[in-house]
Amino acid sequence: MSERSMPRCWNRESKPHRFCPGCGHGLVLKALGMAIDELDLAGRTVFACDIGCSLLAWDFFTFPSLQTHHGRTTPVMVGLKRADPDQIAVAYMGDGGGYAIGLQHLISAALRDDPITVILVNNTVYAMTGGQMAPTTLPGQKTETSPFGRDVDATGIPVKGPEMLKAVVHPEAYLARGTVAQVLKLKKAIQKGLEAQMAGHFSFIEALSTCPTNWRTSASATWAFLEKEMGDYYKVAELMH
Amino acid sequence: MHSWKVVVAGEGGQGVQALAESLALAAFRGGFEALYIPNFGIEQRGGVSLAMVQISPKAIGAPKFLLADLVVALSARSISRTRQYRGANTIFIYDSSLVKAPEISDEVVGLQAYDTIAPEAFAERTAYHEEGPVKELRIARSIAIPAADMARRELHPRVFNMIILGAIVAVVKMVTLEQVKEALAEKLERRFKADPQLRELNFRALQLGYEQVAGPVHTAV
Amino acid sequence: MPQTARSEQRSFMTGNEVVARAALAAGAEYMFGYPITPQNEIMHYWRRLAPRYQRGFLQTEDELSAGFACLGAVLRGKIAFSATAGPGTVLFQEPLSMAEMMRLPVVVIVQQRGGPSTATVIYSQQEVTLTCFGGNGEGLRLVYSTSSHQELYDYTIKAFHQAWRYRFPTFVLGDGYQAKMREALFLYNPEDRGMGAVPARPLLGHKGSNGNGEPQLHLRNAFSVEEELAEILRKHLADFDEAAPYLEEHEFIGEPGANLLVVAHGIVGRAAREAVEELRREGKKVNFFRPLTLRPFPEKALQQALANSNRSMLVVESAQGQLGSLCRLASGHEALQRFDTFYRPGVGITTEEIREAVTL
Repeated sequence: MSERSMPRCWNRESKPHRFCPGCGHGLVLKALGMAIDELDLAGRTVFACDIGCSLLAWDFFTFPSLQTHHGRTTPVMVGLKRADPDQIAVAYMGDGGGYAIGLQHLISAALRDDPITVILVNNTVYAMTGGQMAPTTLPGQKTETSPFGRDVDATGIPVKGPEMLKAVVHPEAYLARGTVAQVLKLKKAIQKGLEAQMAGHFSFIEALSTCPTNWRTSASATWAFLEKEMGDYYKVAELMH
Repeated sequence: MHSWKVVVAGEGGQGVQALAESLALAAFRGGFEALYIPNFGIEQRGGVSLAMVQISPKAIGAPKFLLADLVVALSARSISRTRQYRGANTIFIYDSSLVKAPEISDEVVGLQAYDTIAPEAFAERTAYHEEGPVKELRIARSIAIPAADMARRELHPRVFNMIILGAIVAVVKMVTLEQVKEALAEKLERRFKADPQLRELNFRALQLGYEQVAGPVHTAV
Repeated sequence: MPQTARSEQRSFMTGNEVVARAALAAGAEYMFGYPITPQNEIMHYWRRLAPRYQRGFLQTEDELSAGFACLGAVLRGKIAFSATAGPGTVLFQEPLSMAEMMRLPVVVIVQQRGGPSTATVIYSQQEVTLTCFGGNGEGLRLVYSTSSHQELYDYTIKAFHQAWRYRFPTFVLGDGYQAKMREALFLYNPEDRGMGAVPARPLLGHKGSNGNGEPQLHLRNAFSVEEELAEILRKHLADFDEAAPYLEEHEFIGEPGANLLVVAHGIVGRAAREAVEELRREGKKVNFFRPLTLRPFPEKALQQALANSNRSMLVVESAQGQLGSLCRLASGHEALQRFDTFYRPGVGITTEEIREAVTL
């Protein structure tokens, strides 16, 4: 990415970023950066990332950021926001962090309508640890812990996070699923999420993303998997009450 | 005696903890060091409820102890439960009424949380006749107070534990009836306000228990 | 804002209420808690008192959340704390290890209950090792072990000050007895005793970059190479060692030429002190040592006490050698004449029992 196309709130000193070639994280973080730029929130945003690939974003922005434990980004941001409500709290995590080890925190924050914005990157695998099955791994998808393809009879069906949270959130909370295939649409969703936070409500945006390293896919196959397989199962949408 | 180690035991719901706490609070108000510790956990809920109180002019050591100077048993079951605390120098106060206090099963979860005496009819249903006065050769002195009988006959079944507390005050002597009354008024402020008769009833019960040990005292209640 | 305590007010209350009032007096701003016996009343009192003093409370979904939410609050310079026990202390190890690594001054009150597992809700001293060294690291923590309501009040207040001054997570280690018993203490306003405000400040924020006491812009606890971690740990460990002499506290009763040193901490320290004082009145040459800080452990003071006690000690605790291990480690290189133990894991210990255990 050229200097000029970077969001203003990106920290130039930590670029080029540390994600693998073809990884979708950079695009999600670009959408987030653009949303923050457009809402002019860089002066009051705190960004926290999980463990997993999301941790590589620990110094991604010009605003304060920190890296926490696996699954615990949500409660850290809940505490920070409660203690200092003027901050815009962004919790950034992967699908393992949000839907497995940290699901209890995610659901509880949604139930309490904690005014934070959670951005969850769904790339269907535990990537940093070497490509294990995630709650989001598609039926039949091969990973290191589903080497013969995910058997839904034995391991259940892939989780649809925003749809799940819809059952518990406040009517004015914001829930959406976007994709790195449509960065501007994703940015818009994140913007709405941040606005919901400013209005005092919980917001959650799942971003469908890519992991060619663990999918072991070529550039074209990566994009095809994102748009076809993932797009078929996980519908890009706003989930409003 | 310059300090007291007291064990109070009874059935869950007989007001054991409130009684012990009031005694300790009265001693604190009287300027002494005082320590009250409940045996909580399963026992507080339906089994034998036990509390320890220490009163001393000096700093108090361990919150629990092996032998008590005074053991108070409010029910038949708590007589045996407190045996371990009774030694050669122990004074023992127990309720010698003919009415057996209710024993509440640990399994009856729904009845666990209250801290007042169980309904009278419940006690009646489980009434039994005691075989005679408790005999223990090892202890210093045994004081039988038919508190539940007296309460039922002369006041109200609910205040039988106040009769016992009055007797304790007469034995311990480090606290006065007035201090205990103040402690009770503080602890039961809301209930006394809601029902002024309750205050009167409790204080009369205290006086009655005190006189059982110390002899008639002529003071305005 | 109303004062949290009238000056030098003698009061009679449970230890859990003492903790809540101490946290208020110290200026704690937020409590994140999760129910577990025997610490529940800390939350109850805090929740009732907090609105009067504009303090916050959140009951979280579990202890992990309570711990991490504390860290979030602390990062923005708020004085935050929690309280827990037993299996809750186990869960607290995860946020507390992050606090160690990032030097986040969170305060946690632990009211020990019986273990392992759910065991009893009543009492033990079995959370010593967990509280001192429970994380996946080096135990960069301050741990105060109190023995009376007065100490519970004094050291809860002190915990907030020391945590923020030295930036190590700090524990006040009580137990179920201290939690539930009632005794007298003096409540006071820390400022009336010349204590300033807790030196809290934002640790994560816009100003500055690294060091110089200014908030950091970016914080992490994951590192790519061993050497990077080693350098940070070296600094943390050096800070801890440097602070130790200012942090270590103990109580000693005795004089040179004794035959035995009785060592106990927390509530058992009261029984041990009373037993030793009785024996000394009878002319027995027995000394008494009680570490008030278990981490850092008052090592030099223990060695001095041992030198005055024929290098013989009797360790008494309601655990199977958790204090005993700390004492052995701290006793120095010179061999001990005697190392006697009176261990009662999960069970209270009386003055009478300690008297019996002392053989001279």
